Amino acid sequence: MANFKETLLNPILKGNPITVLVLGICSSLAVTVQLKGACVMALSVIAVTGLSSLVVSLLRNTIPNRVRIIVQLVVVAMMVILVDQVLKAFAYAVDKQLSVYIGLIITNCIVMGRIEAFALGSKPIPSLIDGLANGLGYGLILIIVAFFRELLGSGTLFGFQVLPAGYVPNNFVILPPFALILLGCIIWAHRAFDKELQEK
Amino acid sequence: MEYVNIFVRSIFVDNMIFAYFLGMCSYLAVSKNVKTANGLGLAVIFVLLCTLPLNYLLNKFVLQPGALSWLGESFADVDLSFLSFIIFIAVIAAFVQLVEMIVEKFLPSLYSSLGIFLPLIAVNCAILGGSLFMQQKDFANVGESAVYALGSGIGWYLAIVCLAAIREKLSYSNVPAPLKGTGITFITVGLMGIAFMIFMGIQL
Repeated sequence: MANFKETLLNPILKGNPITVLVLGICSSLAVTVQLKGACVMALSVIAVTGLSSLVVSLLRNTIPNRVRIIVQLVVVAMMVILVDQVLKAFAYAVDKQLSVYIGLIITNCIVMGRIEAFALGSKPIPSLIDGLANGLGYGLILIIVAFFRELLGSGTLFGFQVLPAGYVPNNFVILPPFALILLGCIIWAHRAFDKELQEK
Repeated sequence: MEYVNIFVRSIFVDNMIFAYFLGMCSYLAVSKNVKTANGLGLAVIFVLLCTLPLNYLLNKFVLQPGALSWLGESFADVDLSFLSFIIFIAVIAAFVQLVEMIVEKFLPSLYSSLGIFLPLIAVNCAILGGSLFMQQKDFANVGESAVYALGSGIGWYLAIVCLAAIREKLSYSNVPAPLKGTGITFITVGLMGIAFMIFMGIQL
């Protein structure tokens, strides 16, 4: 059972896909202007990484090695289409706001990375947990970034006014470059705490 | 005039990296030196330029609501747009595989310098992102979509070569230990993004 705990916790802290492995940055920053969008994106990614790791792991003995990338992409694309259709049905406004970034989960390196590194060589249940945990690690960073950007950029959280009404929103925080700088600072803080992760 | 406008906008204003963060994974991983960055950048331009017009045609004649009406009256209300993700990614993956085989057969020297990056490109968000933005922007004809592809490819190429040049210099500087490597790279990209924002709102 210790193994199970490690599979679950490792991607959230020590091997966080964003801050340590630097995967999946593409879609993570553009959707973090507001917490709501970030939460929906995090949930979508958790669902896609978990389910596609599970499916690929079930198929792992039948996929020929040469065409595995295409097979994996098809599995992932199928999951993303499912998520997209669910969002279109139940949260149309958020789906519109996330625009192309839901589709871009297909090429999110976390999904492909975990399939290649873990699901292709592991049993279905550990693969499912590994996928979910990596999705969680990704979602965590997404929500931290979105928290600061929405708080400083509009003075709100989930659309509710949090800072006093006299606060002048900082428009720079909403612009794309700030997300990169903030992420750089999060990595800085993470590595200052955990000295093993520092690069030479 | 429309062509020039799309071209300039897609390079500077809607830059794939600085405005949309697309293709970030390989952007950060392969920008350690200018030579490899150059190779990957050229490969991205090439693949974008080939797949985007192809996806444009597929979108126009197969996927859009009512796109199948050229098959006959009864197909006029068929809407296959929910299939667009899977079709686009299939086109891109198949194309990348094809290019890899052709280059390996006929241009071995180019293959050995580009070889590692070609399979990587299939999962580069910038390529799929280009196709998805193309679907959203609703271009008037294939020419415009090709110009858009070229522009966004060049924008990506510029961004990666610039970052690689900065990172080569950065390796001589004294960065605080926890910030070394990834951290400082993110902050550098952020600062470059601010510089690119001066192009905002340019209209030709």
